[in-house]
Amino acid sequence: MNKLMVSFSPHIHEKITSGRIMLDVVIALIPAFIASVVIFGARAALVTAVCVASCVFLEWLYQRLMKKPITVRDWSAVITGMLLAFNLPVEIPLWQAVIGCVVAIIGVKQLFGGLGKNFANPAITARVVMFVAFSTTMTKWVPIPADAVSSATPLMVMHGSDGVLPEIWDMFIGMRGGCLGETSVIALLIGGIYLLVRRVVKWHTPVAFILTVFILALFDNWNPLYHLFGGGLILGAFFMATDYATTPQTNTGRIIFGIGCGLFTMMIRLYGNFPEGVSFAILLMNMVVPYINKLAAKRALGGARV
Amino acid sequence: MKKICGLPIPHFKNTAGNRPEAIPTPPEVTLNMKEIAGDPARLAVSPGDSVAVGQVVGVANGARSSPVHASISGVVKSISEIDPNTGKEAVSVTITSDGKQSIFSGITPPKVKALEQFLVAVQDSGVIGLGGGGYPTSHKLTLKASVKLDYILINGAECEPYITTDTRTMLDNAQDVVDGALLMQQYLDPGKILICIENNKPEAIKKLQGLTMALPGISVRVLPANYPQGERKILVYNVTGRIVPEGRRLPDVGCVVINCTTVAVFAQYIKTGMPLVSRCVTVDGSAVNTPKNVIAPIGTPIGAIFDFCGGLKEDCKKILMGGAMMGKAVPNLAMPTLKITGALIALSEKDARPVEPTACIKCGRCVSKCPMGLMPSFIEDAFEMKNIELLKKYKAGMCAECSSCAYLCPSKRPLAQVMSLAKEMIWKEGRK
Repeated sequence: MNKLMVSFSPHIHEKITSGRIMLDVVIALIPAFIASVVIFGARAALVTAVCVASCVFLEWLYQRLMKKPITVRDWSAVITGMLLAFNLPVEIPLWQAVIGCVVAIIGVKQLFGGLGKNFANPAITARVVMFVAFSTTMTKWVPIPADAVSSATPLMVMHGSDGVLPEIWDMFIGMRGGCLGETSVIALLIGGIYLLVRRVVKWHTPVAFILTVFILALFDNWNPLYHLFGGGLILGAFFMATDYATTPQTNTGRIIFGIGCGLFTMMIRLYGNFPEGVSFAILLMNMVVPYINKLAAKRALGGARV
Repeated sequence: MKKICGLPIPHFKNTAGNRPEAIPTPPEVTLNMKEIAGDPARLAVSPGDSVAVGQVVGVANGARSSPVHASISGVVKSISEIDPNTGKEAVSVTITSDGKQSIFSGITPPKVKALEQFLVAVQDSGVIGLGGGGYPTSHKLTLKASVKLDYILINGAECEPYITTDTRTMLDNAQDVVDGALLMQQYLDPGKILICIENNKPEAIKKLQGLTMALPGISVRVLPANYPQGERKILVYNVTGRIVPEGRRLPDVGCVVINCTTVAVFAQYIKTGMPLVSRCVTVDGSAVNTPKNVIAPIGTPIGAIFDFCGGLKEDCKKILMGGAMMGKAVPNLAMPTLKITGALIALSEKDARPVEPTACIKCGRCVSKCPMGLMPSFIEDAFEMKNIELLKKYKAGMCAECSSCAYLCPSKRPLAQVMSLAKEMIWKEGRK
């Protein structure tokens, strides 16, 4: 007989692994990826590929140089790469995209301790940094469809830019200007439902986020659906505001987080200088997650509040 | 009231249909004066003494202690100062069998006419929490005069995977369970006695429903098969809706939880005078040739029990005493069984493959599913910082050590171990 192994309980584990959860997120992003290629053409695939490859390579390089265990096989860098690409305009110069990846993987993720330790969403932080650093290319949109009168995104039109708002149905399928992965609501919803079904994310944050935006949009002059489908809300609510490491761990906390994201988004959209506020809202809410965790801590059975 | 909905873990109740078979008398048994809870018994024999089955070898040392009885007849071979199961300092006695299994002459049914006699009889039976708690039952049933006992919950939940000994007790010794319930009803005067059984044991439910139908104040409560349904505070909450406040005991909310096999054992003792000398053990797992339920004398080396079950397969890599969620892995086959050992599980190489912990991704699965309402991922952070104040704030001391957090963790973090160490850290701090 072999030598017996001794270990602490439990001696059975659920099959799910962190790597599998990340892979599920990647799978959930594929419909939106396909939609981006259909809508924006092959360059969407190129930008995504460059971002994914740079993120994975940078993570590997950092861990190699710092003599840390190499964890690039856990798919998390792939997600960061895809999400960052989805938040970029299709015409973004590739070198700028690579700089975004450096910010995301090195600056936000690895310098704070790697997977699970970062306090802000890497893709969103990188997008915001790029938005400030490359403000021209980051707001240079292509007209969709190609014969459209202007290249302005629906939110820009609602914010006062020249242009015509697309039909609701066109926005639902993604035929409108914008970042390459944010436009096709239907594709994002398919991915979001997949995540909910696989129990990778809980409904609390997306529902609270989208509902808050919807309710506040009722007070605006435009059809509230333009606020829901016109910007990065669906992508943000399902894929960025549900990032485990940078969002609360209790259901109550997730609802508070979602409502906060919705409030900030609409405050920026209605009163801010920028037409779109989803990234800023999520980033702002990331900062207060420790306090939300405290506020919405679970109460032990028979114990007083933490 | 929102019930605590635990985990749908696999049941593996493969041996539920196997009537327990008695194993041949082992050549040697080792009996511990102390199991995991309560005060140790005082040794009453010395090497060379002859003992018979049921004879006292360790006398109860105070109210929080339980006597130890010889489980085989023979000669006391040696006394050890070290507990073979934990390696800690504790007295144990090894008895060599004479093969006769002669019954001790002093065995007579006790006279039980009043509460005091009942409690003495429960203590003399040598019974402790056989579900795994190991706390001396007589002390558990000794209630302060101020306690108004509303519920006695007889715990037949058996929520751990593999184990079917309580199932067998409820099927084979159902009358003993009911008799024990009647004894408790007579002497402890509870409002209600509920026999709590998970719904994956329909036969046991049917049998006990039939036996308790005509009995006022005793009934069967069927519960969903969720882990850890049988944890005492969870059981109290899910059945009665009462919450045991931090640092208080179950009787403070008018409840007592007692394992069904424990009840059957003291009921048998009061009928026959034979104390706890053997018990049913489930032998199962992927590395056992013929899984079955066996009746083995307390203190039998586990190797002898596996031999009776057709031996172990070649690729056996891990052996557990207890269930797959809370049981302890043992280092060798010479370990003796304890009174609380309800299962021996042998896992093959494939099932025993060690899990590789990766970084916590803060998914909150452990937080959302902790039955005690704790936040294991936060407790792990506080533990790594050795921040005892924070551990106390997060109520780490209230952990029931059910291992649900570690079972669920997608990053395979050793959360159950961390919780256990955190509890110890708080406890040691309190003693300073």
